[in-house]
Amino acid sequence: MIGVNVEITPLPGIGTRQDFMIRAGRRIGVITYRDGRFELILSKASDPDSCAASIPLSPEEANTLAGLLGAPQLVAHLREEHRDITGITTRQLPVTAFANRTLGETALRTRTGASIVAVVRSGNAHPSPGPDFLFDNGDLAVVVGTAEGLDAAAEILHGG
Amino acid sequence: MIQLGAVFFGLGLLGRVAWRMGISPIPLYLVGGLAFGVGGLVPLHGIQEFTHIASEIGVVLLLLLLGLEYSASELTTGLKRSWMAGVLDLVLNAAPGAIAALLLGWGPVAALAMAGVTYISSSGIVAKVLGDLGRLGNRETPVVLSVLVFEDLAMAVYLPVLTAVLSGVSFLGGLTSVGISLLAITAVLVVALKYGRFISAIVDSPDHEVFLLKLLGSALLVAGLASQLQVSAAVGAFLLGIAISGSTAENATRLLEPLRDLFAAMFFVVFGLNTDPRSIPPVLGIAVALAAVTTLTKVVTGWWAARRQGIGKMGRMRAGVALVARGEFSIVIAGLAVASGQVDDQLAALATAYVLLMAILGPIAAKYVEPIGEFFQRRRQTA
Repeated sequence: MIGVNVEITPLPGIGTRQDFMIRAGRRIGVITYRDGRFELILSKASDPDSCAASIPLSPEEANTLAGLLGAPQLVAHLREEHRDITGITTRQLPVTAFANRTLGETALRTRTGASIVAVVRSGNAHPSPGPDFLFDNGDLAVVVGTAEGLDAAAEILHGG
Repeated sequence: MIQLGAVFFGLGLLGRVAWRMGISPIPLYLVGGLAFGVGGLVPLHGIQEFTHIASEIGVVLLLLLLGLEYSASELTTGLKRSWMAGVLDLVLNAAPGAIAALLLGWGPVAALAMAGVTYISSSGIVAKVLGDLGRLGNRETPVVLSVLVFEDLAMAVYLPVLTAVLSGVSFLGGLTSVGISLLAITAVLVVALKYGRFISAIVDSPDHEVFLLKLLGSALLVAGLASQLQVSAAVGAFLLGIAISGSTAENATRLLEPLRDLFAAMFFVVFGLNTDPRSIPPVLGIAVALAAVTTLTKVVTGWWAARRQGIGKMGRMRAGVALVARGEFSIVIAGLAVASGQVDDQLAALATAYVLLMAILGPIAAKYVEPIGEFFQRRRQTA
C-alpha cells in the first residue's frame, strides 16, 4: 500500500471520481454515481486528461472485479506477514461442504490446529469471522496453519 | 383529446429522432411548436387551456429539478472553488446578449433578459453530452461542472431580479422584492445546510405515490406563494429544490424526471406555439451572430478555467466546447420576459432562433472537438 495516492474529486450533480496514477503513467479509477452505479475509467496514454475507456459496471460486476483483484492480494499479504514464522503458511480454500452451516460447526481449529482468518464472498473479504459466521456456496476461506493442518482443513471444508 | 394525443405522440417521435441524431430534443420541440402555432402550418385550437397550465407546471418542474441537481454543500464549495471562473463566465457571456438587445433599441429591461439568455449553459444538455461521450472521468470535467454550479447559483440571484424588473414595479418596490428574494435565498441556503434533513423529512415518504404527491404539492404551493410575493413561481420552486437534500433529493429526482420531461416538452411547444415563425427570418442574422460570439466566449471561459487547473490544451478545448450548449433555461428566461409584456415581441423570436442554433451546435461541437483538435496537432507535428 505504499506510493498509491488516490485522488477523490467530487462531481457535482453526478457523484464522485476516485482515481490514481499508475506506474505506466495512466490514471485508473472509478466513478461512483449518486444512484450507486459504477464506472471503471482508464486514461489515454497520449492525453492523461481524457479517458480511453469508461466502462459501466453493475454493483455485482464491480464486486466481482474487486474480488478478482483483491482476494489474491489478501492471501499474498498474509503470507508475507507469516513468512518469518517457519512452518506457518496461508492458503485460500474453497468451502463446499458447509453451505448454510456455521463456522463453529467445522470445528476446524480443534481438529487441525489451523484457523480461518477471513472469508471472501463475491469479492468482499469478511475478516476475523466468528464461530456463528454462516457459510454460503462459493465462499473462499483464508486459512492459516501448518502444511499438514492446512491439508486436513482443505479436506474438511471440501467435504469432510 | 385527439389533438392532445397527436401532440404528445408527435413529440415522442421528435424526441426519438433527436436522440438518434445525437442532439437534444429541445430544438425539435420548439420547431414543432412553431409549426403548429400562430401563423404556422396547422394552427391548433381548443387545447390552449391545458397546454398553458402544463407549460407553467413545466417551468416549475424544470427549476425544481435544477435546484435538486446540486446539494447545498456542493453549491457552497463550488462557489468557493470556482468563483473566478464563474465571474468570467458571467461577464463574457451575459455581455453579448445585453449589448445585442441595446443595439436593437429594445431598452434595458430586454437587455437584462437577453443577458440571461446568452449567459446560462444548459446543464441538462451538458451533463447528457459528457455522459454520452464518456468524458465524466476526464480531468477537465470537474471544471466544467463547477462552472455549471456557479451558473446555478447565479440564477438564484438573477431570476428574482429579473422578475422584479419585469413586473415593472417602482424602483423602491423592485428593491424590496429583490431584497425579499435575496433574504429568502440566504435563509434557504442556511436552512438547507444546517437543517436540510428536516425539510427532507417533511416531504419524504417510503411510499412512491405519497412522496410524489407531497413533492408536487409542496413545489406548486411554494411556487404559488412565491408568485404572490412578487417573486416568480420559478424562483420558489428552485429554492425548494435546493432546500431538499441528501437521499430525499436523489429519490425526488428519479421520481420527477419523467414528469419534468413531459411538462417541459409542453413548455417548449407552447413557447414555440406563441412565437410566430414569420418573425424569425428578420432576426436570424442577429441570432447567428450572437451564436458565433457566445460560442467563442464560452470556449474562452472553459479554456481559462481548465488552464487554471493545470489541464492540457486538448482538455482546455474540450472544457470550453462542452459549455457551449444553451437550452431550457434560456427559453425559461425568454418566456418570463415575453409573458410580462414588458419587452419587444421580437425577443421571443430571437431567443427561439438562438436556442435552436445553440442546442444543436453544442452537442455536435462537443462531439467533434477531439478529432479536429487531434488533426491539427498531428499536422503541427509533421509540419
